[in-house]
Amino acid sequence: MQPAQPVVSVRNIVTRFGEQLIHDDVSFDIAAGEVLGIVGSSGSGKSVLLRTILGLQKPSAGQVLIEGMDITSMSERQLMGVKHRYGVTFQHGALFSSLTVAENIQLPLREYLSLSQATLDELTALRLDMVGLPLSAASKFPSQLSGGMIKRAALARALALDPQLLFLDEPTSGLDPISAAEFDQLVRYLQTNLRLTVVMITHDLDSLLTTCDRVAVLVDRKVKVDTLAGIMNNPHPWIHEYFHGPRARGMTQMLAAGVQHGT
Amino acid sequence: MLTTEQQDGTTVLRLTGSWTVQHLTDIEKSLQAVPLNGCHTLHVDCTALTHADLSAMWLLRSALHRCEQSGTVVSFINGEPEHFAFLNDLQQRTPSALVTHEAELLWPEQVAATLGRHAVKLGQHALGHLDHFGRIIHCHLHSLRHPKHLRVPSVVRHAYEAGIQALPIVAMIAFFVAVIIAYIGASQLRDFGAGIYTVDLITVGVLRELGVLLTAVIVAGRSGSAFAAEIGVMQLNDEVDALKSIGIDPIEVLVVPRVLGLIIALPLLTIVADAMGMAGGALLSNWLLDISIPQFIARVQDALAPTTFWAGLIKAPVFAVLIGMIGTYRGMQVRGSSRELGRLTTAAVVESIFMVIFANAIFAVIFVELDF
Repeated sequence: MQPAQPVVSVRNIVTRFGEQLIHDDVSFDIAAGEVLGIVGSSGSGKSVLLRTILGLQKPSAGQVLIEGMDITSMSERQLMGVKHRYGVTFQHGALFSSLTVAENIQLPLREYLSLSQATLDELTALRLDMVGLPLSAASKFPSQLSGGMIKRAALARALALDPQLLFLDEPTSGLDPISAAEFDQLVRYLQTNLRLTVVMITHDLDSLLTTCDRVAVLVDRKVKVDTLAGIMNNPHPWIHEYFHGPRARGMTQMLAAGVQHGT
Repeated sequence: MLTTEQQDGTTVLRLTGSWTVQHLTDIEKSLQAVPLNGCHTLHVDCTALTHADLSAMWLLRSALHRCEQSGTVVSFINGEPEHFAFLNDLQQRTPSALVTHEAELLWPEQVAATLGRHAVKLGQHALGHLDHFGRIIHCHLHSLRHPKHLRVPSVVRHAYEAGIQALPIVAMIAFFVAVIIAYIGASQLRDFGAGIYTVDLITVGVLRELGVLLTAVIVAGRSGSAFAAEIGVMQLNDEVDALKSIGIDPIEVLVVPRVLGLIIALPLLTIVADAMGMAGGALLSNWLLDISIPQFIARVQDALAPTTFWAGLIKAPVFAVLIGMIGTYRGMQVRGSSRELGRLTTAAVVESIFMVIFANAIFAVIFVELDF
C-alpha cells in the first residue's frame, strides 16, 4: 500500500525575529489519525511553530503544507478556505468573553452556513455532549465557567465545523490532575471515534504518555520527532533531563512497567 | 441530498451525495421534507452516501428520532451509518441532549419581573456608588494625614499624563472656541454700535465659564476614559486582587494618585485655557473690530471684577474630583469580559461629562445667589 499523504507537512521552517533565530530548518510530517505532542522548554518557540502551522504567522523561510496545500504561499482568501478545515484551542481558551458558550460554539457555523436557530441549537447540544459539558453551560458566559469548563467549551468551539485536524495549545495547563486526566481521555476518545489528527503542545508528561503517539521536541532551534519510547532514550541532555528529571521519574517507571496509553 | 419514494405503504428515504458540514444548509432543508406523520414504516438507505460527517448524521438521527416518537417504525437498509455508533455511545454517556426551553412568562408577569429586576439593580448600584465614594474619601484623608502612604511619583506621573500631555489640545480648543464666541459677539454687537462690549463678553465668558468647562470636558474624555480602561484591564488580569493579596489597598495606589494628579493638573490646564482663550479673543477683536491690543487690555481690566478669574478657577478642583472618581470607580467595576470594559469606559466618560456640566450649573446658581 502506498503511504498516505501526511495531513500536515512542515518543511525547512526558519523563523527569525530580528537578530533572534527561533527555528533553524525545522521539518517534520504529521500522519493522518495520529496524535503528535510538541514539547520544548519555555521560549523554545512551540507557540510560534503552532502559529506558523495555522497560517497566523509567516515563517522567514520554508513551507507548511496542510493536506498537500502550501499555506505559506497562499492568498488570504485561499487561506480562509483551509482555515475551516482545522479546529484550534488556545492556551487560555480564547472564548469570546462577550458571547455565551452556545454563541461561541455557533459562531463558526453562523459564519459559514445559514441555518435555522433550532438546527444551531441541536448542533450545539451535540458539541456540548461531545466535550462532556452539561446543557446548562450553554447559556453561561465564559467568565462564569471554571478553568476545566473553559477548556472543554474551547474544544467544543474548535469542533464546531467537524474538522479532521485539531490543534490544542496546552490543553491541560492550569487544570487539576483529575480534570487534566479526564481531558486527556476526552481527547483520546474523540480522536479514536472521529479519527481525528491531533497536534498538541503540552508540558504535561501524563498527557504525553497517555495521549500522544509521537513526540516532537523543540530543542536548540531544531526539532526531533520520534515515538515516545524512542524520544525517551534520546541522549540529548535537555531531552534526557525532561524525561528522566525528578518530576518524570515516576512516569518513566510506569512506562517501564508497560502501562502505556492508559489501556 | 435526499429522495423519498412510496412503496406499498412504506416510505424509502435515499441519502445521496456528501452529507457534510459544508452542505448543512441543504441538508437542513431536505430533512424538513421527511414526512413526520402518515406513514407506518420508514426505510432509510445510506448506500449511495459518498461522504458523511458527525453534524449531518446528528441532524439525520434527530429527525429520525422525531419520526419514531410520532409512531413511525424506522429501519435501515444495509445498516446504520457508521457515525451512529459514536452518537449512540455519546447519548449513553450523557443522556441529556434534549433541547428544552425555559417556561415562558405571560407579558404582565414579564413586565413586573423586568421592572423588579431593574429596581433591585438600581438600588444595588446606588449603594455601590456610595460605598466606593466613601472609601475614596476616607483613603484620601488617610493619605494626606500619613504622607508615607501618599505615592508621590505616581501622583506626578498622572499629573503629567493628564496635564502636560493635554496642553496642546486644551490650548487649541480654548483658542478656537474663544474665536468663535468673539466672532458671533462682534457680528451681533456691532449692529448696535456696541462692538467694544465683545471684549466684556470674551473676558467674562472665557474666564468664568468656558475656560474651565472646556478643559474639564476634554480631560473627562482623555483621562476619564484612560482611568477606567487602565484600572479595568488590571481588574480583568486579576492585578487588583494581586495588590489586595500583597496587603496594598488598591484605592490607595490606583485611585488616590489619579484623583490627586487631576486635582493638580486641571487648575493649571484651566489657567492655560483662560490665557489662550483671551489671546484668541484679542486676535479676533483686533482683526474684526480694529481694537488694538493695548485697547483690548485696558477694556479687559475694566470688565474684570476681582472675582471673575477665581470664579472659574475655583471650579477646576471640584471637576477634577468628579472626573477622577467616576473614571476610577467605573474601572473598578469591570468584571469578566471585554464588553464590560467597553461599556464601563463609555459610562465613565458620559457620566463625568454630565456631572461636570451639572456641577457647573449648580455653581452658576450659587455664584448668582452669593453675588460672587
